[in-house]
Amino acid sequence: MSTGLNRQQIADRLAQAFEDDWIVNLGVGMPTLCSNTPIGDRGIIYHAENGVIGYGGVLPDGEEDLHLVNAGGQHVALNPGAAIVNHADSFAIIRSGRIDVTVLGIYEVAANGDFANWKVAGAKGGGIGGAMDLAACAKRVFVILEHTTRDGKPRLLRQCALPVTARGVVTLVATNLGLFEPKGEGFLLREIAPGVSVDQIRAATGAEVIVPENLPVIEVLAG
Amino acid sequence: MARTTKEIASFADAVRDIPDGSVVAFGGFAYPGTPFNLVGALADQGAKNLTLVANSTGGAAQPRLPDIGLLVERGQVRKVICAFTAATRASDVLPFTKYYESGQVEAELVPQGTLAERLRAAGAGIPAFYTPTAVGTELAAGRETRFFHGREYLIEYALPLDYAFVRAFRADTAGNLQFRRSQRNFNPIMAMAAKMTIAEVEEPIMPAGAIDPDEVHTSGIFVQRVVHIPPAPVGIWPGKRAPRAGAKS
Repeated sequence: MSTGLNRQQIADRLAQAFEDDWIVNLGVGMPTLCSNTPIGDRGIIYHAENGVIGYGGVLPDGEEDLHLVNAGGQHVALNPGAAIVNHADSFAIIRSGRIDVTVLGIYEVAANGDFANWKVAGAKGGGIGGAMDLAACAKRVFVILEHTTRDGKPRLLRQCALPVTARGVVTLVATNLGLFEPKGEGFLLREIAPGVSVDQIRAATGAEVIVPENLPVIEVLAG
Repeated sequence: MARTTKEIASFADAVRDIPDGSVVAFGGFAYPGTPFNLVGALADQGAKNLTLVANSTGGAAQPRLPDIGLLVERGQVRKVICAFTAATRASDVLPFTKYYESGQVEAELVPQGTLAERLRAAGAGIPAFYTPTAVGTELAAGRETRFFHGREYLIEYALPLDYAFVRAFRADTAGNLQFRRSQRNFNPIMAMAAKMTIAEVEEPIMPAGAIDPDEVHTSGIFVQRVVHIPPAPVGIWPGKRAPRAGAKS
């Protein structure tokens, strides 16, 4: 069990940063947890790479529509106002800059805003999916990850060691230890997870950590 | 002779003349829109040295489905062009991985939106285009880039197909297709990119005129053969229970 926030709590912090009427694309894995966060009816439209625009919650077995999945292959509901387009039109929405934020699960992020999420060390193949298009073209790129690897190695780095997905695009980083912003020279610690110390964060980070005088603690949602 | 119908009686008949070395695309994103019956027929037909185009390499579903992973395992495939040559979760190992890593099959890994646009371009008579996707990554190494309005873009080329295998909800004898929900995905653009499109269709093939022209998603101009899916051996929902009554609105 890792220190600080659990996976849902990390996702909750990013989902709370969504603004009214944003068009949001959630990557597979941890990012999909953002759709569980009770942020109320903010007019957010969830966009999926396969052309489903305006999807809602995951449906329980027996209530699903077998013709309908989100980008993670989950059977979901459609919200009022939903639309279906083909794959080229779906990526036209992405490439033309109409996605307000994409939330991506990743392996590494660097202080200069580069990140890596498609290929692990020593692998011949990889899984790009829609991540390179989203990363290059969304208005904002939020990334979500455990602060360190299973062996305790830092994943917030001065420079990415793995092949990058896109360069200089990350705007917000949420980990189990805090909320960060890549600032070129280092990561600005914007908020800290409850029960975590700045020293712990510095020890677990492979780049400079910039700590503001006034450091808020992340408010964990009830439930 | 005037055209009569594009309906073909069986999947075996629909794929019988596909030669070795063809470039064949398969629609589908996760389950919806995947032409499982046509994959099975091509596996039985035995064409070899194929280049496959699809979102992913298949083989992840449990229990196993007749997806393109089957063609790889049967040794019919030379190369795969796709957006995933490994699973999303690094710990998941796909059957494709061992054929790829041992060099038995080649792969060209393409970002998903670039794959979609390369197909759309091929279908639209556009030979190449520039995209910001993958600039600054190892995929762009050694390739032409160009600046427009101060931003760097990477050249990408159209991806023309010999065959597209698609799954539709409804079709008529003129080859017009209608998809349902997320079944649409890559299917319309693959149909446009191909010299020959073969559609497997869930509802019985309708007479021309039975689908309202406003509700046609892919014109029959792009579709040469349509086959209604019989209940066996693969059917419409392999590995799944049938949808509840009334689900198909």
